[in-house]
Order: sequence, then structure tokens, then C-alpha cells
Amino acid sequence: MMLSGWFIALLSTAYVGLLFAVARFGDARADAGRSIITANVYALSLAVYCTSWTFFGSVGRATSGGLSFLTIYLGPTLMLLCVGVIIKMIRIAKAQRITSIADFIASRYGKSQLLAGLVTIIAVIGIVPYIALQLKAVAASLDVLFDQPGHTIRLWGIDSTLLVAGVLALFTILFGTRHLDATERHEGMVAAVALESVVKLVAFIAVGVFVTYGMYGGFADLFQRASVHPELAGLLKLDGARAGTWAAMILLSALAIVFLPRQFQVMVVENVDESHLKRAVWLFPLYLLLINIFVLPVALGGLLHFGGQGVNPDTFVLTLPLSQGAESLALLVFIGGLSAATGMVIVETIALSTMICNDLAMPALLRSPWLQRQKQGDLSGLLIGIRRVAIVLILLLGYIYFKAAGEAYALVGIGLISFAAVAQFAPALFGGMYWKQGTRAGALAGLLAGFGVWLYTLLLPSFAKSGWIGNGFVEHGLFGVEWLRAQALFGLSGLDEISHCLWWSMLANIGAYIAVSLLTEPDALEAGQAERFVDVFRHAQQAPDTRLWRGNASQTELATLLERFLGPVRARQQLGSYARSRRVSDWRSLPADAEFVHFAETELAGAIGSASARAMVSSVTREEDLGLEEVLDILDEATQVRAHSRELEAKQQALEAATAELREANERLRELDRMKDDFISTVTHELRTPLTSIRALSEMLYDDPKVELDQRRRFLGIIVSETERLTRLINQILDMAKLESGRAEWTTGEVRVGEVVREASEALGALYREKGVRLNLDIAEGLPAVLADRDRLMQVVVNLLSNAVKFVAPLTGTVAVVVARAENMLRVSVADNGPGLTAEECGVIFEKFRQGGNTMTDKPQGTGLGLPISRQIVEYFGGKLWVESTPGNGATFIFTVPLTQAAPDA
Amino acid sequence: MKRGSPTRQRLAALALLGIPLLTFPVLGLPQGELAGMPATVLYLFGVWGGLIVLAASIAERRKK
Repeated sequence: MMLSGWFIALLSTAYVGLLFAVARFGDARADAGRSIITANVYALSLAVYCTSWTFFGSVGRATSGGLSFLTIYLGPTLMLLCVGVIIKMIRIAKAQRITSIADFIASRYGKSQLLAGLVTIIAVIGIVPYIALQLKAVAASLDVLFDQPGHTIRLWGIDSTLLVAGVLALFTILFGTRHLDATERHEGMVAAVALESVVKLVAFIAVGVFVTYGMYGGFADLFQRASVHPELAGLLKLDGARAGTWAAMILLSALAIVFLPRQFQVMVVENVDESHLKRAVWLFPLYLLLINIFVLPVALGGLLHFGGQGVNPDTFVLTLPLSQGAESLALLVFIGGLSAATGMVIVETIALSTMICNDLAMPALLRSPWLQRQKQGDLSGLLIGIRRVAIVLILLLGYIYFKAAGEAYALVGIGLISFAAVAQFAPALFGGMYWKQGTRAGALAGLLAGFGVWLYTLLLPSFAKSGWIGNGFVEHGLFGVEWLRAQALFGLSGLDEISHCLWWSMLANIGAYIAVSLLTEPDALEAGQAERFVDVFRHAQQAPDTRLWRGNASQTELATLLERFLGPVRARQQLGSYARSRRVSDWRSLPADAEFVHFAETELAGAIGSASARAMVSSVTREEDLGLEEVLDILDEATQVRAHSRELEAKQQALEAATAELREANERLRELDRMKDDFISTVTHELRTPLTSIRALSEMLYDDPKVELDQRRRFLGIIVSETERLTRLINQILDMAKLESGRAEWTTGEVRVGEVVREASEALGALYREKGVRLNLDIAEGLPAVLADRDRLMQVVVNLLSNAVKFVAPLTGTVAVVVARAENMLRVSVADNGPGLTAEECGVIFEKFRQGGNTMTDKPQGTGLGLPISRQIVEYFGGKLWVESTPGNGATFIFTVPLTQAAPDA
Repeated sequence: MKRGSPTRQRLAALALLGIPLLTFPVLGLPQGELAGMPATVLYLFGVWGGLIVLAASIAERRKK
């Protein structure tokens, strides 16, 4: 063997050193308030899910179970999509200062120490096989590297697996229990775990590419070669008869991704920002997909290469590169496997040690006479000590399990036993989050029932299988009773052992939880916590309901309590910031009221768990028992107040909207009023001009009878034309008023626009000839009719034609009319070669009483209402009227009328 | 009442879609080979990858 022991040791040490450096950096940045935990780091840290099981065991599983190894990764993918559930969990955990899954369940059911202890025991017993799995994997990979069978490597006479366990315990202690943090967050650890996730992914993909493309000719080649062997071809097909197992595995892994203590730790406790979940929801499944792509090729490659040589499939990722002499790749794989194992062990044991310390050791300590005597001492050091001892104990238990039962199972088999154990938390936890009626007694009953079934149908048989205890209860049933056979309970056979256990344990667990919950009444504290958990989204916005606590407390006693468990420095820090939040300079001047008690309890909960914190606080305060009725009243009242305030808010919003609408309407009315005033003053002015001249001339004729006949005739001519102008003006104003008010009468029918234009040009022919202006008509053939009022349309065309003739020069003037189709509109343009309009004039020409030309010097040529009226008419038909012009080049007035669309009803 | 976040609801709907696609009996439908690869393998990884892509496009969508 070329790989020497010292080189591997050096490499491993260097790698672990790197992890420590990352963790240190992460902690330092967290202390400085500049967290390095980004959404990507969070998503990668979730990949602590991929342990030695994934790294070594998946390949082993694939060699026997084919594609079924994938179920373990499909479940988490589906679970993560239920973001709402996870966010709710995170919200609750933050609001209640939850430090572990035991804390979560205990806190929901009235901060019960009993429940916390039970969950901790289930978690520890359930996870021990999983820890053993990691030890087994690392030991096996060392065996392969040193080419030694059966874990016979010894150092100073110590078994290599025990050595691995010892080193892992040391890492964990150094990583996770350097100081006692109020929120139990370990940002450095999370960063290191994220780095490990990258390393194991790279290592696995490297070996996958090596096997698939280095040793064989790619995916298709491997699958082709495998399909020749009937036993290998079977691995590539799914067996429909195992549909139940398939679904059970997906369910099991979906629960495991939330309820494994280490997953709960990284996903919920270590979450720094809810929005990180948005990244994790796809990045973590993507990670799982990538790390699984090469599992099947490596498994097939190993089976093809080592066919019949008895190589353990769990070690294919190492043995395949070694068989090709690729030692540096084998080293990379070893480091990847080490990453997978250390990451899992560190996070899992930290989570478990927190639970053991807070929920098993603390309750015992609180009752011990020793602690009663040590009234003043600082206990934060003791807490860390307990956690360190717990870490060592957990790894020791793992080692013992490995020795006892480890050899009988493949890696994945061991892991699934743990999955089934933590799945027992599901009813109590999900029930607690969504069902207020769930009680402590129900949760206890459910957990005990489920755990009991798990012990009997899964854990004990695993001991029996390795020969540690007799297997009579598996073979023949307990006391020889046939229907008590451990893996065919009540005669249920045809399932594999995991599905069998999951089915019976869930039935017992859920059944007991619901039945007992419905038969028992919660106490006051439970009812309050149920409300806070289930309605966490509603409670989040407001301060905690301090009316739920009543009694006497002394703030110095509470402060002493904080100092003992948090350490004096940290306790004073927290008290100081709490005093500032209540706008007081010194915390001693605060009253020892419900709010203060709540603050102290929350702070303590961060350090020793909610159940122990509750017990500690009630040991120094005299709390009055509120009673269930009163608590329910208070909660009910709070709910009602919230409902009322929401109603009020909705009404206020409606009121504001109505006010805004009214203001807008008023604004519009004022504008209209102003426009009306403007209009009247303009109209009056326009009427007065002709009236003035009529009156002046009539007075002249009246006063002086001797005016000459010629003069008299001229005056009378002017009077007649001015009267005509006045009549026209009044008619048009009336017309305009009718159009604007919508009272105009319309007779809509099919109109041929070409005919209208021709008729209008004939009517105005005399005017054009008189001035010597040429009128050119260009009317396209076969135009369809439009729906319009013929007389009104005529009015528009006449207006445009008479405008044009007014503004062109006599004799040289030309007016061209074009009638054509433009898409679904009929387009009529009237172009003249007059002086044209400036851009500014184009904008205002359609306003009322605007005259073309210079009104200051020229005699007005029209009423100034023709164009506004025309525009109103055209727009009524659904068309448009506008002008295009450049000064000096004449003006073109264009209007359109829609072809297909019927004119609106008058 | 506040309405539930649309992103969360869309993701949950995606999970509901994934469950039947990734379990039997639908899982038993792909048979035989496709381009030299077992159809079941392609189907599983295809559906899995599809769910991930959809989840990413829902989760990373920017709010207007």
C-alpha cells in the first residue's frame, strides 16, 4: 500500500484545521455583527443531511435496492416546498427562544419538563445508531485505505473506531461548546458545515466522473453493459409491487429533514433570516440531485468491475479509484467522506448535548440538594461542562452500538432505524403547530406509544439480528405468541421492516395523541402556549400577553438567577439592553412586574431550555394560579379585541377611500365650473362684436336720414351679413351645447363617405369657382359603407372644405381631398396649399373660438366653433380628427371613421 | 384576515404536484430505454430537476 498512515493523518489534520479557521472566522464576524451566513451558506448547511450514508451508503443501497436509494432525497425535496410550515416553525422558535426540538415540543405543551425529557431520550436512543453509522463509515474507509480487513488498525493499542469517536468528540467540543450563547446559535459551525458540504459534493462528483467517463464510456455505455446481466438490469427497473415501501420511504425522509435534531438545529435554530429559505427551497434539492447523479453509475461500475470478489459495495467510491491506482482521487474521496461524517457528528451531537443538558441534566440538578446550597455560584461553566460530557457520552454510545449491532447492517439500514425514530415527533409537533386542542397528556401518550412500537419492531430486532439478544420475539413472537412477532405484528407481513414499523408506530402514535388529547383538558399554561404556537403569525406583531402571569417577584432574585446561568457579564449586558428598551437607565428601577418576569424567563430559556427556565423562574417567584377558565377568558378577549381592531381598521380604510373619491369629484366639478365661466365670457365677447357693428351702423342710419343711397346700401349690406354671422354663431353654440351635453339627435345609418364628399364639393363648388381655387377629389373605388349620421358627416366635410378655401390664395390655391382605407378605418384628408400652421397652432386650433390666422389684424373669417364641433362629431363616430402641417407648406386636416364598428347608440 | 403569501402557496402547490409524479402508479409508466438510458432513471431525474427549476423560478421571482 502506497498511502502511508502519517500522510493521511497529516492531511486530515490540515483539513480539520481549515474547518476550524472557517468556524473561527464565522464566529468572529458574528460577534462583530457582520454575519457571513448568507442564503447560499444557509442552503448548503442544510446539506449536513448528506452524511456518510449518502457518501458511502447510497452506492451500497443502489447495488441491492436499485433506484430506491433516491426516495431518501425526494422526500426532503417535497418537504422543503412546504415553506409555509417551515417558516411557521422558525417564527415560533424565534418568538419562544427555542433551542432544540425537545424544547419546541415541551414548550408547546406547557413547558413540560417531562415531555422535554421524553423527547430527549427518544432522540438520543434514536440517533445513536445514526452516529454509529458515521463511525462505521470512517473506520471502513480507513480500512480500505490501509488495505486492512475488519477494523484491525490499532494505535497505541486502541481500536481505530474508538479513536475516530474520540477525535470526533474533541472536534465537536472545540466547535460547538466554546461559549454558552443566549440563542444557541453557532454561526461559525454553520459556515464550516457549508464548506464541508461543498467538499463532499466535489469529491463525490469527482469519483463519479472518474468511474463513468474514466473507467467506462459514459452513462449509456454503463447502462448498456449492465443490461446484459439480468441481475444488474433488475436494478434499473422499478418494482411496482414495492409501491408501498417507495411511498413510505419518501414520507420518512420528508419527516427526517425537519425532525432529525441536527436538521432542526441548522434549519430552524441556526436560521438568521427567514428569507434565506427562498434560496434553500431550490438550492438544497439541487444539491441533493447533483450528489445523486453518479450513485447509480458508481454502483453499476463497482458491480461490473468487482463482480463476485466480495468487495463491500458501501466502499465502492474508494475501492474503484484504488483499483485503478488513482490514489490522489482516493484521498479526495476519503476527505469527502470525512467531511460527511464530521459534519453530521458535530451538528448532531451539539444538538443532542443541548437537549441532554437542558432537558435531562438541568431538571435533575434543579432538584438536587447540592444546587440548593450553591445559591450564589455562577453555573454557566457547569452548563458547558455538562454539554461536553454529553458529547463524549453520545459518541461512546454510538461506538457501543457499532460494536453491538453495526456489522449486521449496511449503512443505509442503520440510518433508516434513526429516521423511523425521529418520525415519532411528527404528530406531537405538527399537531402542536396547527391544533390548539392537542394536550400534554396526548403528546406524552402518542410519543410513548410510537416510541414503544419503534423499539419493539425495529431497534430490538436490530440487536437480535446481530446476535446481541435472543431473536425469539422476532421469529416466534413475544412469549411465543404468534401475532406478536416483532416484524410481522398482528400478522401484517409483506412489508419491509421499515414500512412495517412506520405503519404500526404512526397508527399507535397518532391514535394515542388524538384520543388522549380529546379526553383530557389542558391546564392554563398549556392553553396559553397553544394559542401562541398556533396563532404565531397573529401574535408576532404585538408584545407578549403579560396578563397571563400574575404574582409576586423580586427583580434582584431574578437578576441573580440570570447571572448564575448566563454568567455575570452577559447577564448584565442583557439587563442593560432590556432596561434601555423600557426607557430606564438602570434596571434596578424597573418594577418586578409580569413583563420583567417574562424577559427573565425568555433569557433563561435561551440558555437552559424553556421547561427548565420555567421551573427556575417559578422557584424564585410566587405565582398565582390563574386557572384555565381565566386564561381562556383572557385569550378569548384578546382574540375579540384583535377582531374588533381589524374591523375598525377596515372601516377606516373604506372611509378614507370614500373621502378621496369625494375630493376628486369636487375637484372635477370646480374645473367644469371654471370652464363654463370661461365659455360664457368668450361667447359673450363673440356675440358682442357683430352686435356692436350692427348697432353702430343702425344708429348712424337712424340719426342721419340724409345718408347717401350708396352708403346706405353698403351699411345695410354689412348689417345683413353681421346678422347672418350672429345667427350662425348662435346656431353653432346651440349645436355645440347639444353635442357636449349629449342631447344631440343622431340618425345613424349606412353612409358612403365617397358620396358625401362628392356632394359637399358640389355644394361648395360655387365658392371655389368664385375664388378661383382648384378642388381635386381622389376617392378610392369600392370602399365599404360606414355607420354614421349622414348629415353630421356632411357638416364635417363642408366645414373642412370651407376652412380650406378660406386660407388659400385666390387663383393659385389648390385643395386636394383623398378618401381611402387605412386598416379598419376610413381615412379622409383635406390638404390645402395655404400658409400652414405652426406646431403651436396645430395644438390649439381645435379649441373653441380659436380662429385661423391673426385675429388681431385680420377680420375674423369664421366663428371659431367649426373645428371643435367637427371633432366632437368625428369622435362620436369613434374616429379621430387632427391636423398635420408645417408653416409655409399648407395644412392637411385628416379624420377617420371606423369601418366595422357600429356607431354607439345615441 | 391577511391573505397567505402567493409564493408560499405556489410552492406548496408544486409539492402537491410532485407527490403523484414521484410515486406509484405514475412512476410505473416509463418503461424501456431512451437514448441508451433506462426510461425510469431519465423520468425520475427529469421530474426532480423540473420541480427544482420551477421552485427556483417561483422563489426567486422579484416582486414588482
